[in-house]
Amino acid sequence: MSAISGGLPAADTPIARKESVRTSLWALALRRLLQNKLAMAGGIVVALMFAICFIGPLFSPYTDNKIHMALMNKPPNWKHWLGTDALGRDVLTRVMQAGRISLTVGLASMVLSVFLGSLLGAIAGYYRGIADQIIMRIGDLLLTVPSLPLLFILGALLSEWKVPPEDRMYIVMLLLSFVNWPGIARMVRGEVLSLREREFMQAATVLGLSARRKLFRHLLPNLVPLLIVIASLNIGGAVLSESVLSFFGLGVMPPTPTWGNMIDAANNLIDFQQRPWLWIPPGFCIFATVIAVNLFGDGLRDVLDPKQKR
Amino acid sequence: MSAFLTKRLLYTVVILLAASLLIFSLYAWTPGDFISGNIKLTPERKAELREIYGLNKPVLERYATWMKHAFHGDLGYSLAQQKPVLTLFNEYIWNSFLLAAVSTFFTWLIAVVIGVVAAYKQYSWFDTLVMVVIFGAMSLPSFFIGLFLIKILAVDWKLLPPGGMLTTGSNATGIAYFREVVRHMTLPVVVMTLLGIGSLTRYIRGNLIDVLKQDYIRTARAKGLKERKVLFKHALRNALLPAITLVGFELPSLFGGSLIIEKIFNWPGIGQLYMQSFGLRDYPLLMGFTVLIAILTVIGTLLSDILYRVADPRVRLQ
Repeated sequence: MSAISGGLPAADTPIARKESVRTSLWALALRRLLQNKLAMAGGIVVALMFAICFIGPLFSPYTDNKIHMALMNKPPNWKHWLGTDALGRDVLTRVMQAGRISLTVGLASMVLSVFLGSLLGAIAGYYRGIADQIIMRIGDLLLTVPSLPLLFILGALLSEWKVPPEDRMYIVMLLLSFVNWPGIARMVRGEVLSLREREFMQAATVLGLSARRKLFRHLLPNLVPLLIVIASLNIGGAVLSESVLSFFGLGVMPPTPTWGNMIDAANNLIDFQQRPWLWIPPGFCIFATVIAVNLFGDGLRDVLDPKQKR
Repeated sequence: MSAFLTKRLLYTVVILLAASLLIFSLYAWTPGDFISGNIKLTPERKAELREIYGLNKPVLERYATWMKHAFHGDLGYSLAQQKPVLTLFNEYIWNSFLLAAVSTFFTWLIAVVIGVVAAYKQYSWFDTLVMVVIFGAMSLPSFFIGLFLIKILAVDWKLLPPGGMLTTGSNATGIAYFREVVRHMTLPVVVMTLLGIGSLTRYIRGNLIDVLKQDYIRTARAKGLKERKVLFKHALRNALLPAITLVGFELPSLFGGSLIIEKIFNWPGIGQLYMQSFGLRDYPLLMGFTVLIAILTVIGTLLSDILYRVADPRVRLQ
């Protein structure tokens, strides 16, 4: 904001000018993002979802997860807004606790796959040659193997290794990143291939900068907008994949609740037909989160990716 | 072009071989096998059976045997169903194809119509509504929307059957059979169409918006052509041309079925067959299915590249 109000008089000194140009680029993006109503609505819903899931359980009187036989399978009522499950636990509290896990898994696997994908993609695109060949061939290989069976196999493998249930969420994060990085690496590599031919990179070479400095100080900052867009659009996919895996019993396992394994209640005919409060709320949470993340990510892309035409 | 094709084909074969080895090893490492799942067998009998099926040999040796047979067009024998894998595929794949073909048809039809209207009236309320619905469709968890619609339409309102391809015990023939299948496939087709429609509509809308900004469209309008002619003859044709490259990417889903949808709707397709076999660790079937999808994926990508070139001669393939 300083670029608009206070930045002008000081613009004579070179440092101040540099500063104001830099902030105004991001400030411009932010201003355009704030004008995009759909994206802002998405952003607000995501923020609310995080807030509710992480803060909500603190206000719930039912967080102990104790079994209450008298409260089994009660439909929604004033004391339990979303009813109770077969063990008498409050469904609303469980949905919020599940949201913590699902959102964490989605976020963490996004960070990991974007890190892996951008690192490997940047190396492949920048150094070309043998590194490029190895990385991209492995990527092609992973993209050829259908991802759902691959996830199923890996999930089954992990079940056998007797990973304690509370650690399974970390494994699921690793799994999803393992399947997701090749696509990201491809995009980043393409971007790096075009960036490295630009004049500013030639200038960096002429100045005799080291390869590491060129890569980290000059190339990577230019990748940031692309990475932000990839990252935001990737979270939705990760939340969806986690829910599919957990629904089929190969992801995070009960008693750790996630939105996916809560919908598993629908595999029980009576719960499915007569107790929709057990499995419909987590499904709506997945849907709301993913649509909000996608809307926000799309808004970010409009703002940050100048090549994207509208 | 032919040099490109040879190179690509060679690379494709190498990638496929590597992928099949990877898949085979992963399945081999997956805990449990078909025999360990059967609790009625004595340990001696289990060892004997493993000997017969060759399950006790090293992974690489098993892979070599499997590959040798695969090159002779033999994908092995399903352990659970005691039938050749290819015979089973032939039994189930057409049910999958039926679902996929019908829903692909509707997906394209609806996506083109909505995409054109939305692009033509860019930034109108209709366009905004379409954009929101598109995002909704792209964000649906497939298994959840399937369950949700079964619950509402089949269980609560009893409008449609909840799953399967025919009513249990039905022996309808002719027109009655046809009607029964149509009734059963309505829900899965609706869900698959819903899931596919988002990205395609977006693609067509985006393409058409780009094309409508081109100079030759202005020329066509300046000539005094009717708006309808400008839109459908000049703009839409060029906007749809790049979309033919998507045909290749449809290939795996057309014949590979959908694991999740077929499972949820209990549809007797190849995806459902896979899901059943996964629990049983029926490796020949699992292996055959996964390799089939991998082959379709690779062929589909190749087809897309070629079609891209055919559609737009300016594209140079290397």
